[in-house]
Amino acid sequence: MTIKQLSIFIENKGGTLIRVLDLLSKAGIQIIASTVADTQDYGIYRVLCNEPAKAYLILKEEGINVQLADVIALSIDDEPGRAAQAVQAFSESGVSISYMYSFLWKGRGVLVFRANPSEKAKEVIMLKKLGFMTEENFK
Amino acid sequence: MENQGIKKDYNCEYFNPEVETLSREEIEALQLERLKETVAHCMNSPFYKKRFEEIGLTVDDIKSLDDIRKIPFTTKQDLRDTYPFGIASVPLEKCTRLHSSSGTTGNPTVILHTDKDIDEWANQVARNLWMVGLRPTDVFQNSSGYGMFTGGLGFQNGAEKMGMLTVPAAAGNSLRQIKFIKDFGTTAIHAVPSYLTRLKEVMDQEGVDPRRDTKLRVFAIGAEPHSEEQRKRIEDMFGVKAYNSFGMSEMCGPGVGFECKEQNGLHFWEDYYIVEIVDPETLEPVPDGEIGELVLTSIRREAMPLLRYRTRDLTRVLGRSCPCGRNHVRIDRMKGRSDDMMVLKGVNIFPIQIEKILMQFPELANNYLITLTTDSDNDNMTVEVELEELFTDDYTRLQQLTKTIQRALKDEILLTPYVKLVPKGTLPVSDGKAVRVVDKRTVYK
Repeated sequence: MTIKQLSIFIENKGGTLIRVLDLLSKAGIQIIASTVADTQDYGIYRVLCNEPAKAYLILKEEGINVQLADVIALSIDDEPGRAAQAVQAFSESGVSISYMYSFLWKGRGVLVFRANPSEKAKEVIMLKKLGFMTEENFK
Repeated sequence: MENQGIKKDYNCEYFNPEVETLSREEIEALQLERLKETVAHCMNSPFYKKRFEEIGLTVDDIKSLDDIRKIPFTTKQDLRDTYPFGIASVPLEKCTRLHSSSGTTGNPTVILHTDKDIDEWANQVARNLWMVGLRPTDVFQNSSGYGMFTGGLGFQNGAEKMGMLTVPAAAGNSLRQIKFIKDFGTTAIHAVPSYLTRLKEVMDQEGVDPRRDTKLRVFAIGAEPHSEEQRKRIEDMFGVKAYNSFGMSEMCGPGVGFECKEQNGLHFWEDYYIVEIVDPETLEPVPDGEIGELVLTSIRREAMPLLRYRTRDLTRVLGRSCPCGRNHVRIDRMKGRSDDMMVLKGVNIFPIQIEKILMQFPELANNYLITLTTDSDNDNMTVEVELEELFTDDYTRLQQLTKTIQRALKDEILLTPYVKLVPKGTLPVSDGKAVRVVDKRTVYK
């Protein structure tokens, strides 16, 4: 029910993103969605890609601080109010969301987020019969 | 302390007129005599006795001042190795005080004092304060840390000996300091330079104008390296003369050297110390005017004289005469260190102390970089450290780690550095050797 996302620790300065993107590109990894959040000193670059396990090993090999994080990717209709509905379902059940981003995939909206506690989040998905993406969907 | 001030002629520029105005020949004759006495006295020290016996040195070998070079150097490591009392030249029952270094790496260093040592120390400080024009009519506020730090009791005793009304305000609490300055009519303050800048900020906030609302006229600043520009800024801010003070606990504390009104180098009191400047690599003397490591021999101490002590401070001789009438050697402000010790806000810090703490965190890699900067006359330390594994992708947890590291460092070095996590492999490495400290402060220029 969760998928693997690359979380990459990068310095908040010029040139650091390029290095990561270069490595992924040379390895033939396709990026599906990505987002950078930054603080004053550093940032975490979060990437969904077609081959997370392979990408992880490649970056690791290069000495890059990278983690494979488990995130939830909901599949929602590309219509107003759908994201709000989904988030509300989690919120009502006491699940907190530490970060979230969204993108369009083959005409449908995808809502990626990290939920706490994640077991509870999975319960909500099942009970509310929410649609979700698996890694297979992105290959 | 015995109050000698009231007996004195306030118009006299000197606190100890006879010694302060000795000619070079007289100074050197006095030094030779006291060096011989000190070497003989050091035979009572288990450490020096053994060292002299090893090289077959006796007091008869000291025939001229140059013969000091027959004596081996003493280092901080020697003090640590003999911790706590192994270098003492008198039985402990003759000692009345000890001071200890602020550093927490390995054994601290302990310096013992007899009653006479404390009195001689106070005399040096009194001499300095008198030299810059202070008199028993002045009110002296000591805004320096007390306790083990010698800047507290050292200035306290000296100012009392000189006969001033002393205000042992100690460090911090700026509002209280300002109240004292105004209520007691404080005319002189001893503090680390960065604190004076802070004090001025608080004065500004409180609408206090030092020129209009206080009687301040003299600052004694030391214990923290500072540049000529920084001194001038402090003087301009307050309209107060600021004099550079040099001290180190190994010699006694503050008082070893002090600027006269010329503000052209610090007079080191050669009736108390023999001053050498040596090349830190070859340990050979360097000519006057050239920068080298300051080596000091205390020739007037009872409890714990130190022979040819390597201070690790880099400086140079500016001259051996002065328009003020004192021929005691003039030494330039400290230019740097011949080891990796950093001095921040009066605290001595070695990179190894920081390394030791960082290595306790499995989340961190081995590479780190300490950057020292000056920000509106305040010294700041930034510690950048590489992350070993990205153990979370949650910012809150990364920030918690930063805070935990910061607290652990503060417990060790007594200051709170800015801690910055950086990705692995991003810190500079030069010639295969990691660069650990970058000093961007303006002080050493």
